[in-house]
Amino acid sequence: MEERQIGKSVPRKEGREKVTGGARYVDDLTFPEMIHGVTVRSSAARGRILGIHFEEGIPWDEFTIVTAKDIPGKNCVALLIEDQPCLADEAVNHPEEAVVLLAHPDKYLLEEARKAVRIEIEPLPAVFTIEESLSRKQVIWGEDNIFKALQVEKGDLDSAWDGAAFIVEGEYETGAQEQLYIEPQGMIARASPAEGVTVWGSLQCPYYVHKALVRLFGLPKERVRVVQTETGGGFGGKEEYPSMIAGHAALLAWKSGKPVKIIYDRAEDMAATTKRHPSRTRHRTGVTPEGKLLAMEIDFTLDGGAYETLSPVVLSRGTIHAAGPYQCPNVRIRSRAIATNAPPHGAFRGFGAPQSVFALERHLDRVASAVGLAPEELRRRNFIREGQTLSVGQVIRERVDMNKLLERALEMSAYHAKRKRFAEENARGAIKRGIGFASFLHGAGFTGSGEEYLASEAMVRVTRDGMVEVLAGSTEMGQGTNTIFGQIAAEALGLECERVEILQPDTSLVPNSGPTVASRTAMIVGKLVETAALAVKKSLADSGFLKAGYGAKEFGNASRQYIEQFGALGSLVKYQHPKDLRWDDGKYQGDAYGAYAWAVYVAEVSVDVRTAEIRIEDFVAVQEVGKVINPVLAAGQIEGGVAQGIGFALYEDVVWQEGRMVNGQMTNYIMPTSMDVPVIRVHFEEIPYERGPAGAKGIGELPLDGTAPAIANAISHATGADIRQIPITPEKLMEMLESVNA
Amino acid sequence: MREAVRKIRVQCKINGRAMTIEAYPMARLLDVLREQAGLTGTKEGCGEGECGACSIELDGELVNSCLVPAAQADGASILTIEGVADGVRLSTLQQAFLTHGGAQCGICTPGMILAALNLLARHAQPTESEIREGLAGNLCRCTGYSKIFESVVEACRAMGQRA
Repeated sequence: MEERQIGKSVPRKEGREKVTGGARYVDDLTFPEMIHGVTVRSSAARGRILGIHFEEGIPWDEFTIVTAKDIPGKNCVALLIEDQPCLADEAVNHPEEAVVLLAHPDKYLLEEARKAVRIEIEPLPAVFTIEESLSRKQVIWGEDNIFKALQVEKGDLDSAWDGAAFIVEGEYETGAQEQLYIEPQGMIARASPAEGVTVWGSLQCPYYVHKALVRLFGLPKERVRVVQTETGGGFGGKEEYPSMIAGHAALLAWKSGKPVKIIYDRAEDMAATTKRHPSRTRHRTGVTPEGKLLAMEIDFTLDGGAYETLSPVVLSRGTIHAAGPYQCPNVRIRSRAIATNAPPHGAFRGFGAPQSVFALERHLDRVASAVGLAPEELRRRNFIREGQTLSVGQVIRERVDMNKLLERALEMSAYHAKRKRFAEENARGAIKRGIGFASFLHGAGFTGSGEEYLASEAMVRVTRDGMVEVLAGSTEMGQGTNTIFGQIAAEALGLECERVEILQPDTSLVPNSGPTVASRTAMIVGKLVETAALAVKKSLADSGFLKAGYGAKEFGNASRQYIEQFGALGSLVKYQHPKDLRWDDGKYQGDAYGAYAWAVYVAEVSVDVRTAEIRIEDFVAVQEVGKVINPVLAAGQIEGGVAQGIGFALYEDVVWQEGRMVNGQMTNYIMPTSMDVPVIRVHFEEIPYERGPAGAKGIGELPLDGTAPAIANAISHATGADIRQIPITPEKLMEMLESVNA
Repeated sequence: MREAVRKIRVQCKINGRAMTIEAYPMARLLDVLREQAGLTGTKEGCGEGECGACSIELDGELVNSCLVPAAQADGASILTIEGVADGVRLSTLQQAFLTHGGAQCGICTPGMILAALNLLARHAQPTESEIREGLAGNLCRCTGYSKIFESVVEACRAMGQRA
């Protein structure tokens, strides 16, 4: 059948409200009698709380004051485990830990009051780096500071080294990165023993917040309701942290009896909420005389901050992506997420993979140089093909042609001609040019058996006047959920997108479709939407009310007749895990993901060696993501992700002091502006994935993986500097250039 | 405790409508617009004039409303995102943002559209570098700016054809 809605750049469903200023974000909402809330935080990285003092000069009797003692249920932010308190009680484990909550109708007075709360802490020795944590001189979490450790084994690594003609080692580091959604985090809560708890807010995962509130208040599930308001960017930053703010707002509302709004200002948002995990990766790689990868030993460590939060899952994705899209018979990956006394690091687009992929792709350029091959030739000789196995033993069954993607990317970027030209031109002048690339894959959906456990649901139903409604817990945060769900349902039903409405995620109305993360929304939940829409169509056709060749009018009539006769028209679909996808969590082996996106990104840079200023001159992003549902939105995902990757590579430098971010402002934490990002040239190869809706795979996280290593390889090509660490700020590059020239 | 500062009366024109607002002289114009005039289309991203989400036009000049004291708005003519469309009809620029993917999460969009309008008032047919410079004070974390440039270029083309 010819596709009518899929592959079309249908305008964004909620776009009109967004371009007119009519879209309502959490801070745009006001409730009668609403008051404001703020958080008072720890003043030390680690210690025992001795007392809380309320200084004079503030009319404290006008304030609602909440501490850990006021929590009706369990004092935790329930996620994988329950180690993180919602409010610190006896001890603090990082310098932004929430201890006291205040609410008052006057925002300005509230700020003065916040400064007048003194939390007396007896400091304890704290841990701030991966090395200190691994040394275990101070044990700050569990028995050994380790949240999770993983090991992947393929082949026989120990015996493989003898056959290696070359062995190349290297250590690589990536820094923390702030998600920096432009809408700061915020929540509004109404709560009372009579009504239960309702929150409205900026969030990615309504059912994560729901779970946390149920535990915090000890309420039955049906007494807790979570509603997502228009969300101004998430990128992972609104995956787990909103549960904390929702808990705080709800506790204040519970005690005050009034609706409470908490909106973080930028400084608080940057300092207190999660960031990308800092990482350290060590590689040892053995290569045959023919340039074939023979042995890969990878040691990967993530700094998880003070509590476990999502670190085990971030570690998992980072570990599985650490050996890249290459065939190597002998692989060992040892990895761990460790504790430090910094605010917990968390989800950020890419989820561990950008860290391990940076290390691998920088390392492979160094391996190529040691072996005496061009970087592209080393990759060509080692790209994985259909039927071969990844490090975790997953046999690649989908059609994959990395060589084709590489050729296309090199051709689009005029790579070979530029390599030649830059070699001549760089001999003179202070501006050195370079071109580099990265090849990578990104798994879509939850890792391993994750999707099976989630058992997500989505629903499609039809109203009496023939309007189609999609009910899903998946959120729109700019990436296009509403629009593509509309396209998928419309395509399945043979209607125009305008006939489909996407209901606002509200846990009292929509089923749990799992979290809006992990490049899973289009591929996994989109498939549920498609299946549900097809079931609705079948019901209508089977009833005899819908005849072939129908239009919107006939569809509406048929729906009305159906509903009059049978009561309701709809279909709720639950995820069924394909039987041939198997995962062994104990051995860490099996089918890690249902499908992968495959990509090659090429960056061209110029470096002024007098100032170490780096400019991205050109960027080519070639990827295979299955069928593209909406070309404009899909390209927008890639372009935006590449821009964040440029920030990760060059500018975004979190400066730490005793576990605290000290440059938490947009003036000194620098993200790319319109002057810093080149025109990003995006190309999609489309190989339809049979299990994706209309053939689509996941796309959202992919661009974060390959951008930074492509840029780092280009800078190395331009200057000869052996980049091992990002962000590559001009200061750091200047030091490296001095040592190159020395 | 706090010195008693008296509210002043600010008379201004917002989106063509004359308004009188009582506000503290140093209240941020951003808050006055959002909380008193009920115009929540103007957003706060950083509160320090870096991100441009709160961009508005004040007497034809693009300003960050988080840095403008209410007193400065007295006698001024203000344009916010709510005044850009002609009733239900989107302006050419808004339509271009909608068609060409210039808005993703939408939080920077009102400020971005105001900045682009201001740019087009100064340069009817801006070059790529003029567009980049004109929008450099408005941060977007979603788009990587490419689709925003495209939206502005397409809007210029559409306006040129109509002229």
